[in-house]
Amino acid sequence: MGNHAHIRMLSRSNNVGLARLAAASFASELDFTLNELEEIKVAVSEAVTNCIIHAYPLEEGIIEIDLRIEGEELIIVVEDKGVGIEDLEAVLQPNYSTKEEHMGLGLAFIDSFMDRFQLSSEPGKGTVVKMYKIPEKLKNRQEELS
Amino acid sequence: MDITTELEGNILIARLAGELDIDTVQAFREKVVPVSEEPGVKILLLNLSRVSFIDSTGIGAILGRYRFLEKKGGKVVLTGLKAQVKKIIKMAGMLEIMPEYSSEEKALNEIGEGRMA
Repeated sequence: MGNHAHIRMLSRSNNVGLARLAAASFASELDFTLNELEEIKVAVSEAVTNCIIHAYPLEEGIIEIDLRIEGEELIIVVEDKGVGIEDLEAVLQPNYSTKEEHMGLGLAFIDSFMDRFQLSSEPGKGTVVKMYKIPEKLKNRQEELS
Repeated sequence: MDITTELEGNILIARLAGELDIDTVQAFREKVVPVSEEPGVKILLLNLSRVSFIDSTGIGAILGRYRFLEKKGGKVVLTGLKAQVKKIIKMAGMLEIMPEYSSEEKALNEIGEGRMA
């Protein structure tokens, strides 16, 4: 099984809902529960919100969202060409935040709701967040078989 | 996001409907924040029974109100949390600092009894 979709959007806050709905709709091709689809929506919302707030703080830019199904795994890549992150290690610390109302919860939610994620960034060039998730039902079946 | 507010004594009831994220948080800032900063308000009762989605931006907005009210001896009370919204709120540690009730009526009853005690 495999599928691919790509979304290219402006870093506008009213595009966040579209991004998460598209991701959840795409993911529903796999055997995710409604609860897991909600988790995917939160993860995408956080990744896209980070682009809007942090990557393009002063002007609109482009956010690329790549949705892929490889075998039974969902892979979501959210990429911007914004300011980039100076200190990746600091960003990955719990509760790290540069904005008072943002609390540093965004990446923590991504970490909790996706099976794994990778963050790469280059100052002045942009940031890429790659997130992976396999349906829980499938993981359970795999465990039973092993 | 659709937001209505109602003042009942020192309790500000805010009823939210829709999704609370970076796109809609501005409505929260405009409709809830200024009223919650009026001198007579001690408790902000957030009725979230019609909120279907929340992320860290929404959490940040609610925590901002908690910080403000806590400084003047007040609090934020949550009601009507849907399972998904509750999960996010719980993960953010908010249920440890904000009382949660199944309905607005129950919250108002409890707060009323607390006041008389």
